[in-house]
Parts: sequence; structure tokens; C-alpha cells
Amino acid sequence: MSGFDKVVTSYEEALEGLEDNMTIISGGFGLCGIPENLIKEIKRKGTKGLTIASNNAGTDGHGLGLLLEDKQIKKMISSYVGENALFENQLMSGELEVELTPQGTLAEKMRAGGAGIPAFYTATGYGTPVGEGKEVREFNGRHYILEEALSGDFSIGKAWKADRHGNLMFRKTARNFNPSAITAGKIAVVEVEEIVEVGELDPDEIHLPGIYVNRLIKGTFEKTIEQRTVRSA
Amino acid sequence: MALTRDQLAKRVAQEFEDGYYVNLGIGIPTLAANFIPDDMEVMLQSENGLLGMGPFPLDEEVDADLINAGKQTVTMVKGASLFSSAESFAMIRGGHVDLTVLGAFEVDCQGNIASYMIPGKLIKGMGGAMDLVAGADNIIVTMTHASKSGASKLLSECTLPLTGKGCIKRVLTDLALLDIEGGKFILRERAPGVSVEEIANLTSGELVIPDNVPEMVF
Repeated sequence: MSGFDKVVTSYEEALEGLEDNMTIISGGFGLCGIPENLIKEIKRKGTKGLTIASNNAGTDGHGLGLLLEDKQIKKMISSYVGENALFENQLMSGELEVELTPQGTLAEKMRAGGAGIPAFYTATGYGTPVGEGKEVREFNGRHYILEEALSGDFSIGKAWKADRHGNLMFRKTARNFNPSAITAGKIAVVEVEEIVEVGELDPDEIHLPGIYVNRLIKGTFEKTIEQRTVRSA
Repeated sequence: MALTRDQLAKRVAQEFEDGYYVNLGIGIPTLAANFIPDDMEVMLQSENGLLGMGPFPLDEEVDADLINAGKQTVTMVKGASLFSSAESFAMIRGGHVDLTVLGAFEVDCQGNIASYMIPGKLIKGMGGAMDLVAGADNIIVTMTHASKSGASKLLSECTLPLTGKGCIKRVLTDLALLDIEGGKFILRERAPGVSVEEIANLTSGELVIPDNVPEMVF
């Protein structure tokens, strides 16, 4: 690594400095666009007591579900966690804590975290359990609650293509939480399917500028499909 | 007769207008996409970052990077666009989606909705439902009118934790179409063969019955 070159060559190096009890912000929606190899590296490292903000918690044996096997996660900040039996067991037994956060609020908390905005007002969750204990303000006759930004010691994300400076392009709905999540970590680690030389990407086509990315690694991906639905010709 | 799932979906689709951007929740709302009239253009918004969702792919078209909010593989229509979750909820929260259709456990005549949490049972999460009900002006809730044991789900006050407060104005059940106005349910249409009395008996919130309550026409 030199200058703006963000490329690292091993997953070990990609997550160097990740320690017990840290907070990680992760991209992905279901198993789509998840940083699957970075998650596997966290499993291999055996880092424990983690707080992870991610829309979902993976499934049994896939994605963040892998980190539940060795009880590496202390707390999840998610909008929907209903696809994982191990998660349910650990939640019921009190080994795992979950902070359910509306999906749009979660995305905005990450975006705000990366954009230097400490908190924002939203109507989402007013008058519901999500709004309990939060500051309420009225604007133009409507009630809004104050939601605080999220930031992490690390953020982990998955993009489709990058140049060596970490300028990123995502592919289809694998973009999802990734651009916001990546910006919200002190150390942002991104894995991609392809790394090209600087100058090969059209600056107009870049979805997330490399300024937000600290470490970049090329991986190979399983891309597990949760619900394979097809129509007949 | 109570409406079938397809009839519910057909009635939902009658609310579509040409040029509408629509967000359809998981289950019956999603089925409504099958009944968009041929002469109408409707763009489906999928909250995970797609505007212009198409049907399920052919076997050879399946792409792990292209799914809907239910994590099912889908396709894109011509004119589709892709964006981040933050952008997706900016358009939802900002009121840019013309119609939102979603399911619920309970609604009440104050326009409150409970759809994500039954205390004592496992809590899976609200996903995008809280953002959708808070952000949209035009929402249709689809649900069964009463539980299997005959307990009304159209209440004077929701008993379950709320997904949104005072945000629901229209409810389509398997028995009736109702509006919510001024703290009351207004009976607008009834399912074919279902009597006003039957609907009234299964509606526990205050119900206004206009002189003429037509049967739904499909």
C-alpha cells in the first residue's frame, strides 16, 4: 500500500486491528451484497463481544449467521432478524441482544454517521416502541423523533468493481446498505469482485468515491441465494 | 363469501393509477402486481434499492445480485433504476411513492396500525414497515377482517405495539373496503355476498354504514 493505493492482499491484513468488543457496521440485505469473506475472516479470527449494525443477521451457516456459531456477537442492530434459527435461540436465552431499528432509519443512521451528522429527526417510529424514550419535536404540525447516527470502529462492505484507489461501483440490488455502511466505519474495509487500474473507471460512473475506503481486497464469492424464485417460459 | 387472495389482490390493483410508483408489501400486496391492467404503467418500488421491479426471472436469468424485499430473485423492467437503501428510504420517507400496500395484524379507527410484533412471541423485526407507514400518504392495509376464532381486527384501539400512529386511511379486508375518517371506520364496499350486518358484527371499532354499500366488482 502506498499513496492512494488501498489494495491489501490478505484477509488477515484487511481486518488487522479488529479487536474484541468493537462495533462493526456492515453492508448487505439478506445475503445479497454481503461481505461474505470478511465475515469468514472475523470467524477465523475468533473476535468476540462484537456489536454489529446490519439490516439482517444472515441465515444459519451463511453471512453473519456464521458468527453466531461461536457466539462472537454480543449485540445486533437490525431491522429484520427472522431468518435464522441460531439467532432466535441466542436471543431467547439472553446471550444475544438485539436493537430493532426501522430499515430506513438504520440506513439513515449509517449515512449520518459517515456524513458527520450526529442525529436527525424522523417521523418513522413516532408513537411506537421504537420512539420510546426518544426526544420528540413537532415540525409543521407533525411529530418526529430524534434518532442518533451510527458509527463503528470498522465498517465492512462488498462492491462489484473498484480501482486501486477504492473508487467503487456496485451491481444491481447488491448495492443496498453498502455505500452508507462503508462510510460509517473509522476503518472501512471493502471486498470486491474485480480491481482495475486507476483511470479505468469512468469518474461519472463511480457510486462511492475512494475517500471513504481504507482497505480494499479482491475476493471470490459464493453469492448464496435465499429465495430462488423463477417463472416458467 | 370472503374474498380469496386473488380477489383481494385484484381489488388492490383497482387502486392503481397510470403513472403510479407503488410499494407492495410481502404476501397479498405483492400479488396485486399480477393484476396491473395492460393499458396502465405502474412502477414497483422494492425497498432494497430498485424502482421498476419486474416478474420472477426465467431459470437462466436468475441473478444473486437482483432480489426484492422478500429476498426473492426478480427481474427489472425497462426504465428501472438502482440505488442504495438510504436513497430508497429517502424516496419513501420523502413521500415520493404514490401508493403503499401492506399487511397488518390490527388497525384501529384512529388510523393506528400494528403489524410487526406480538408480545411473548418471537419478534422478528419491522423491516421497512415503520418507514413506509410514516412516509406514505396513500396507504392501503390488506388483512383478514377477523381472526379464525372470530375476533375483530378492526378495533377502537390497537392492542398490539404500533407500527405507526394515525397514518392509515384505507383498509381492505376479506370482507370489506373501509376508510378511516374522524375516528371512525366508514364502510365503502362489501365483498360479494357478504352482508352489512356480518361486517358490522366483526368490526369492533366504531363503524359508519352509509345508506348504500355496494358490492365489490371485479
